[in-house]
Amino acid sequence: MTYNCIVLVKQVPDTANISGKTMKDDGTVDRAALPAIFNPEDLNALEMALQVKEQHGGQVTVLTMGPPRAAEVLREALYRGADRVILLSDRKFAGSDTLATSYALKCAVERTGDYDLVFCGRQAIDGDTAQVGPQVAEKLALPQITYAESIQALQGSDIVVQRAFPLGKETVKCTLPCLLTVVSSANRPRPPSARRMIAYKLAATPLECPALLQQWPEFETAEALDRYLAERDQKIPVWTAADIGADEEKLGLHGSPTKVLKIDYVVLETSDSRQVPATPEGASALVRELIQDHIL
Amino acid sequence: MAENFFTDNLDLQFRLDQLDLSQVVEISEDGYRYHDQYPLAPRNYADAKDNYRLLLNVLGEICATCVAPRAAEADEEGAQFHDGRVTYAAATQEALDLLRQAELTGTVLPWEYGGLNLPGTIYRLMIEIVSRAEAGLMTVFGLQEIAATIEEFGSEAMKARLLPRFARGEVTGAMVLTEPDAGSDLGAVQTRATLRAEPFDFAQDRPPGAAYAETTGGWRLNGVKRFITNGGADVLLVLARSEPESKDARGLSLFLVEADETVHIRRIEHKLGVRSSPTCEIQFSDTPAQLIGKRRFGLIRYAMSMMNGARLAVAAQALGIAEAAYREASRYAEKRVQFGQPIRAIPAVYRMLLSMRGEIEATRALVCETGRWVDLHKAYEQCVRQGENPDPADRQRHKQADRLATVLTPLAKYYATEMGNRVCYQAMQIHGGAGYMREFNVERHYRDVRVTSIYEGTSQLQIVASTGGLLGHALDDLLNEWAALDYGAELAALQGQVAEATALLNQCIDRLKGEKERALIDYYAADLADVAVYVINCWLMLRDARLAGRKREMARVYIAETLPKIRGKAAVLQAIDPAPLQARDLILAESFDFAQDKSF
Repeated sequence: MTYNCIVLVKQVPDTANISGKTMKDDGTVDRAALPAIFNPEDLNALEMALQVKEQHGGQVTVLTMGPPRAAEVLREALYRGADRVILLSDRKFAGSDTLATSYALKCAVERTGDYDLVFCGRQAIDGDTAQVGPQVAEKLALPQITYAESIQALQGSDIVVQRAFPLGKETVKCTLPCLLTVVSSANRPRPPSARRMIAYKLAATPLECPALLQQWPEFETAEALDRYLAERDQKIPVWTAADIGADEEKLGLHGSPTKVLKIDYVVLETSDSRQVPATPEGASALVRELIQDHIL
Repeated sequence: MAENFFTDNLDLQFRLDQLDLSQVVEISEDGYRYHDQYPLAPRNYADAKDNYRLLLNVLGEICATCVAPRAAEADEEGAQFHDGRVTYAAATQEALDLLRQAELTGTVLPWEYGGLNLPGTIYRLMIEIVSRAEAGLMTVFGLQEIAATIEEFGSEAMKARLLPRFARGEVTGAMVLTEPDAGSDLGAVQTRATLRAEPFDFAQDRPPGAAYAETTGGWRLNGVKRFITNGGADVLLVLARSEPESKDARGLSLFLVEADETVHIRRIEHKLGVRSSPTCEIQFSDTPAQLIGKRRFGLIRYAMSMMNGARLAVAAQALGIAEAAYREASRYAEKRVQFGQPIRAIPAVYRMLLSMRGEIEATRALVCETGRWVDLHKAYEQCVRQGENPDPADRQRHKQADRLATVLTPLAKYYATEMGNRVCYQAMQIHGGAGYMREFNVERHYRDVRVTSIYEGTSQLQIVASTGGLLGHALDDLLNEWAALDYGAELAALQGQVAEATALLNQCIDRLKGEKERALIDYYAADLADVAVYVINCWLMLRDARLAGRKREMARVYIAETLPKIRGKAAVLQAIDPAPLQARDLILAESFDFAQDKSF
């Protein structure tokens, strides 16, 4: 039996490589100055889906919601082995919190057609909420297996998954279709394939075509480029709110109950050090003090 | 941004930008006609070049993020040998798996076999990047020459069966040439190849799938090979004596062997460097083999062609190691504070850094320029093989490419590997005592680079290989071409100096050429090779100086450092003193008895 997999991915600022230059004076992240990357655990989710495809056959479809630039992660997904990619992009999605995002993703997943498995990374490194995967599962009325580390068995419509926690592992069995959120210890994501990179380097959304035409003047006209991409299945479709039949009230700022009140700029700095006597009394005094300061 | 050994190397990118392979690619892509048949084939040269950048980018990221961080581990564990089987260190195996997943194998093979039809020059930029990450890994990754040799000289059936597997990275190869008594002198190879009188029934002897039906007769190999890099490979190209009466190179043929139980690995070597690369001793016991090409052409044609490719690969390897060592030294010099300042502020230290940087950039230019001629020569050969009738201009260009490839390849190998040794020496020097310790990467680079001026032909052999071409003024056209370029007023003085050095080179050539005694020529050939390669590098640096301000300063520094060396070597050549040859016996005599010494 073959399995159709959908992988939900996100383009995120590379928060692991923040230097002085990428923080604004108010302590927020200057997204424009940060390189945008494939959310790391989404790569683990994609890898798990690709392995399912390699072992059992089927199709891997990758979906992302984001600004036009998010097509970059879709190309990366193609380079790694995705069969089909879709960009969900519309000004109406802007400002979505996890609830509005998962609603939009749910509508999009329903539109992609038959599927057996939905994969998400456990959480994104920008918001770090780990909410979108579970919320999408709820809205699709799918069973969800969070913290998935490995698929131990996949047969017919049964799946056995091992979940990983800080203090242990749990093995669960579930009936398809279901949604998995995948942790970073699940696998080592494959590198992009050089051959697929060459094959898909022109893959583009309609929004990107003018820039592509400028880079490759030999196509001469937009129509010629469009025809070339269409013949090679390299047009990345962009779905809008209307395309996925979403209720606009549930999207964007409208549909987002989360409000950010304020952002604190926390600077962690070491100040002077203090010698604590290496005696039981010294240690107790330190513990008392830490309790008083609400640190312990 | 993730680390990347391509995007962090501005000189390498500059080199790629400047590199003009349009003629080569035009021919190798058959006027870009392959694009309709193979979706990955480029539409035009700009497209091809864009693809090269993509490839180098993927490779650069894998090397920086996965391979280099585990290089010390690969070195420490090294290749292993147990129960007759060779295994790679865990880190090496992981790196190979990654390179295979990234589909970076078989890149130089033609499209029809699943390759990327990559010009050798680009492939060598890849080798440089791999070697910067882990020098030992290069000996496995860098053996794509084996597949290329099968492609060039093997039978159609061999190609159809093996090349797609090389392209998918399912098999690796090894060049099996050296023997205990045949090192530099490969003509002395003793491994015997015998043609069985009755046709050999391969079907009986082989597992299904490995059909040998296309052979007209079964060859069997017997003998011992030594110092075989990656000897545990699946596909071996073995040099063996097919003509029992012969004693020299003309009795040797090249054979294809697919490793089986008759190929016995006896041991692997414990080496100073490139420890992740298994260096094997192999015994062949009645091993079935297929002839590559024609009998008697094994060494003089096929193995030489394979080695020429591998020589440039080793040049690129040395360059990669030098790049790694330079970066270690540069970082260290920035952090290490002595006398109240980072040591890179000290003239004696930054002098070394400048010198290293100049040599590395010169070498990169040299390896690329050499590669361009080698690629052009190969492209023309392909035209000839396809029966195309070249016009006189092309024929002349073909000849020029042949001449230049022949003389530049050994010079590039010689210079790059000696340069690598010099740079690693200086890099350790900058580290001081710390660099002598295992904890610092420079200690590994120093060990790894040492073999580059030894294997694939020692530096001394490269000099021999280049002497004929140099004495025949093979470089003249190229040097004249460079001298005729417009360098502008600002570089005029520098251009004058390099032109003067070129005149010196020509005087040296004519002086040595006029020498009757062969031993004298051989003795002083090393100085001639030095002068020649320095002059070439000065022109290459000057050429770059036209394009960027930083390159102009680099050229100034490099040429200022190099001209005195040219003049010094030229002085030696103009004097040609026979004294060392005459005094040799006396000086090198094993015992030296002053009492009996009558030479006073």
